[in-house]
Amino acid sequence: MERSGKKILANVEWKVVIAFLFLVFVGWLNIYAAVYDGEHSNIFDMSCRYGKQMMWIGAALVIALFVMVTDPKFFSQTSYIVYLICIAMLFVVLIMGSVTKGAKSWLGIGEFGIQPSEFAKLGTALALSKLLSAINVDMKELKTKLTAIGIVLLPMALVLLQNDTGSALVYCSFVFVLFREGLSSYVLIFGVSAIILFVLALIINPYLLIGILSGATLILYFILHRRNRSVKFIYFLGIIAFCSIVILGVDFAYNDVLGSHQRERIEVLLGQKQDFKGAGYNVNQSKIAIGSGGFFGKGFLEGTQTKFNFVPEQDTDFIFCTVGEEWGFVGSIILVFVYVWLCVKLIKMAERQRSNFARLYGYSIAGIIFFHFFVNIGMTIGLLPVIGIPLPFLSYGGSSLWAFTLMLFIFIRQDAARGELI
Amino acid sequence: MSNSTKNALASRRFIIMGIFVFIGLVYAIRLLYLQVIDDTYAELADRNALRYVTQYPSRGLIYDRKGKLLVYNEVVYDLMVIPRQVKNIDTNMFCSLVKITKEDFNKKMDKAKKYSMYAPSFFEKQISKEDFASLQEKIYMFQGFYAQKRTIRSYPDSIAAAVLGYIGEVNEARIEKEPYYKRGDYIGMSGLEKSYEKELRGVKGSKITLVDVHNREKGSFQNGKYDQAAITGKNLYSTIDADLQKYAEKLMKNKRGSIVAIEPSTGEVLCFVSAPSYEPNLLAGRERGNNYKKLLDDISKPLFNRALMAEYPPGSIFKIAQALVALDMGVISANTGFPCDKGLVGCHNHPSASTVRDAIKMSCNPYFYRVFQREVQQVNPRTGKIDSKFGLALWTAAMKRMGFGVITDIDLPNVRKGSIPDTNFYNKWYPSGWNFHTIYSNSIGQGEVGVVPIQMANFAALVANRGWYITPHLVKAYGDDNHKKIYSKYLQKHYSLIASSWWNIAVEGMWAVVHEGGGTGRRADVPGLEVCGKTGTAQNIGADHSVFISFAPKVNPQIAVSVYVENARGGGGTWAAPIAGLIIEKYIKGKVEREDVEKMYMEAMPCQPLPLVRVQQPKKSNNKQQNTTNSQATENKQNNTSTTGNTNSTNSD
Repeated sequence: MERSGKKILANVEWKVVIAFLFLVFVGWLNIYAAVYDGEHSNIFDMSCRYGKQMMWIGAALVIALFVMVTDPKFFSQTSYIVYLICIAMLFVVLIMGSVTKGAKSWLGIGEFGIQPSEFAKLGTALALSKLLSAINVDMKELKTKLTAIGIVLLPMALVLLQNDTGSALVYCSFVFVLFREGLSSYVLIFGVSAIILFVLALIINPYLLIGILSGATLILYFILHRRNRSVKFIYFLGIIAFCSIVILGVDFAYNDVLGSHQRERIEVLLGQKQDFKGAGYNVNQSKIAIGSGGFFGKGFLEGTQTKFNFVPEQDTDFIFCTVGEEWGFVGSIILVFVYVWLCVKLIKMAERQRSNFARLYGYSIAGIIFFHFFVNIGMTIGLLPVIGIPLPFLSYGGSSLWAFTLMLFIFIRQDAARGELI
Repeated sequence: MSNSTKNALASRRFIIMGIFVFIGLVYAIRLLYLQVIDDTYAELADRNALRYVTQYPSRGLIYDRKGKLLVYNEVVYDLMVIPRQVKNIDTNMFCSLVKITKEDFNKKMDKAKKYSMYAPSFFEKQISKEDFASLQEKIYMFQGFYAQKRTIRSYPDSIAAAVLGYIGEVNEARIEKEPYYKRGDYIGMSGLEKSYEKELRGVKGSKITLVDVHNREKGSFQNGKYDQAAITGKNLYSTIDADLQKYAEKLMKNKRGSIVAIEPSTGEVLCFVSAPSYEPNLLAGRERGNNYKKLLDDISKPLFNRALMAEYPPGSIFKIAQALVALDMGVISANTGFPCDKGLVGCHNHPSASTVRDAIKMSCNPYFYRVFQREVQQVNPRTGKIDSKFGLALWTAAMKRMGFGVITDIDLPNVRKGSIPDTNFYNKWYPSGWNFHTIYSNSIGQGEVGVVPIQMANFAALVANRGWYITPHLVKAYGDDNHKKIYSKYLQKHYSLIASSWWNIAVEGMWAVVHEGGGTGRRADVPGLEVCGKTGTAQNIGADHSVFISFAPKVNPQIAVSVYVENARGGGGTWAAPIAGLIIEKYIKGKVEREDVEKMYMEAMPCQPLPLVRVQQPKKSNNKQQNTTNSQATENKQNNTSTTGNTNSTNSD
């Protein structure tokens, strides 16, 4: 035990642990700044959010320690069980959860509540890794594909039923791991072009757009056909059909499926609607807070927008505003760098795993963390619509912090044991 | 799985890492743009969180010439409410303390709530110190309410309303012109408050406070580093003698008209009365609006400043000016005599005057008919012929040099210039031609001549100074005790360009008016003082106006006075002269010893009952014998009720 303990310590990727500690510390500091009102300044004041977050952080460190002394095999072995527990909890939430900000995602246990959807990402990552790491599994088989997609879609659908669109979207991040494991690159290309088409379809009249794209495709066909007679017309018809379906589908989904508040958020983002009091309020205030930070920021506890609550949700989903305002461009860029570095590092670490499970799991959590970072910061700087998901390790909230800590340290633990025989 | 596919798949990590790095770069660029390049957000953030609170300076005080306070700022309290903080208050008790009914309370509360739940709004404005005292002790019991100190103008002696003027809320047009003013600011609306607005108002300061999203105050911005303290307004040191002013106002009680007294050597106005006047405190404080309306509707027009805005026919006092101009033109000499030929123009019974001095003393109308005739009917050296236009032009210019027919540049707003007709005027008036016989009424201060009381007083000072005047003004200095300033225009002498020897003839005549038998102004005599004066009785559709100008003493005059009593039943000698005498006595001697005289004129009510006179529009007729301009107050569109002249004048004094 002593020997393996030493070995574990020697193989721990300390840079990642330091990045984790850094993010958690920055998070706490900015929650303090966001909540700070000059009256309660005791950092352990449990009636304030920074006091509570301090407690969550303490607990998270205990969890991390706990994970580090656990046998790494334990996690792969219990993957399905964890997944099933998560799914069960999601069902329970649907039935008896409490509604907060329009989403039914809380499960109250006494004074405290937890958000099963935060943990379900972890469960899904474990289960998916477990599934695809089995020796007799081949991604090319349809059965495998369907099972994998099923594992992802089940919790996603349940979270969507909770009316928590943001958390549901996070499951899209598994596309990274699937791509790495052999998912056709067309899926990725289709995905990206679908998103581009989606945005275009909202800006331009759908029929006009179809016309333009069809024309462009036909011109492309004739140019290519002249050079090479073997180019088949049928493929280009396929492209046109694909575009038309996506565009019309978007039109339909947008007008008939999306809720009015979601439509508004997208319209505001696309600049089709100027509404600084209603749907655009959050984004506008968020941009003001970040933009007013300037190069060096206003300084710790000096952010007026932050302190006086101009930005809603500034200790949870909009925590980045506080960073932007008080620490300026310098602070923001450091944070962006740390996130990107962490995600890239996780990919690199995943690639050095001998265990398939560990590699798959590494990709999964790198994707999840990256997706959160991408959506959350994109939203606060006005590049993406308002989608309420927390910024990993920074945002206030026990469930989110614990889930991410678990996710990260399970991987660090796997990584530390990468030299051991499987 | 073959090794090559494995490697191919493994290389996909670069695509994924590439996506990560790409997004990171996009966000970095976006942040660079938001935070460093585009600086509109900093401004928007300030607009969000900084509130500029105006610091109001206290308005300058106004003192009289002896340092007595005429206007000061009284502290009143505005009761403010923040609706959201109002909790569990004893409404009954509150209402009784604030002296409002429960319905009022609910109404005011609803209004405040409608404005904002978080931001303070006015609940009750301008509660006096006395009323506030009882509330102050208990205000802690009423959460959400607090008092805010402010000041209103207060007038300890309730005098000189026409001089001091009043302040009121600035209107939109002014705000547009001068962005210094903001809605709800107070600004001088009339009197010295208006003409010295820039000095009195001081400079507003500003305080920057931080506010949160609910507009609640959160302390000062950067410990007040960018705050600017308000600069208190400058004080005015008025030329008014408060005691004399009070006395003059008492004398004009129950009368309509004006008294203006000037210190000739300085042009300083010692007292300035427009009667009827009003209690200046009515136009300060809570009831200002209602009171203003009442005063505006008052048939006696207390807001109409007669001393500056009422154009009257000067009547016989104008003969002094006629004599001086004629002597200076050389058309008469000191010993020129004219018979009192009542065929020319009516007159009272008196011996014919053989000198200018006697003509003034007896105020002989036919004499001045002849004088004016000689002034007008002069030989034009260019043509060698008698040319009334040439004569009249000379006459007009000379009169204007004595301050008639030009705006007196006094430091009060809305001054009328009166009228001295010129050739253009008559060319227009009589397109078919005119000559002396059409305009002779001017000779005795009727006809087309119109004079404002301030001009009469200034003329009295001009005679007292024997040929020069300093523009009358009401402020000696402004500023604080160490740095007093005055406009240089009130130090400058204006010369009438009439040779000095002629002035003594006029002064002698005016001395005789008061002191010699046959003089028309004997009642102005003050025992022991050499009072010089000239009576006037301006003919009118209603009863005559009683006019008197005077100065005293004869040598080194200390005071020049004009008194105008509208529609007095009697001439200048009956009413205006004794009142002028009392003013002179009061000023020079400090007190009036002739108590019986004083009592008599203070209690007298010479005026006709209101309404006085219909305003008659000037008619164009051949026997052009009418018209003085009816005065119009520029402010408030009041018509002066009192001054329509009629040159069918048979009266002199």
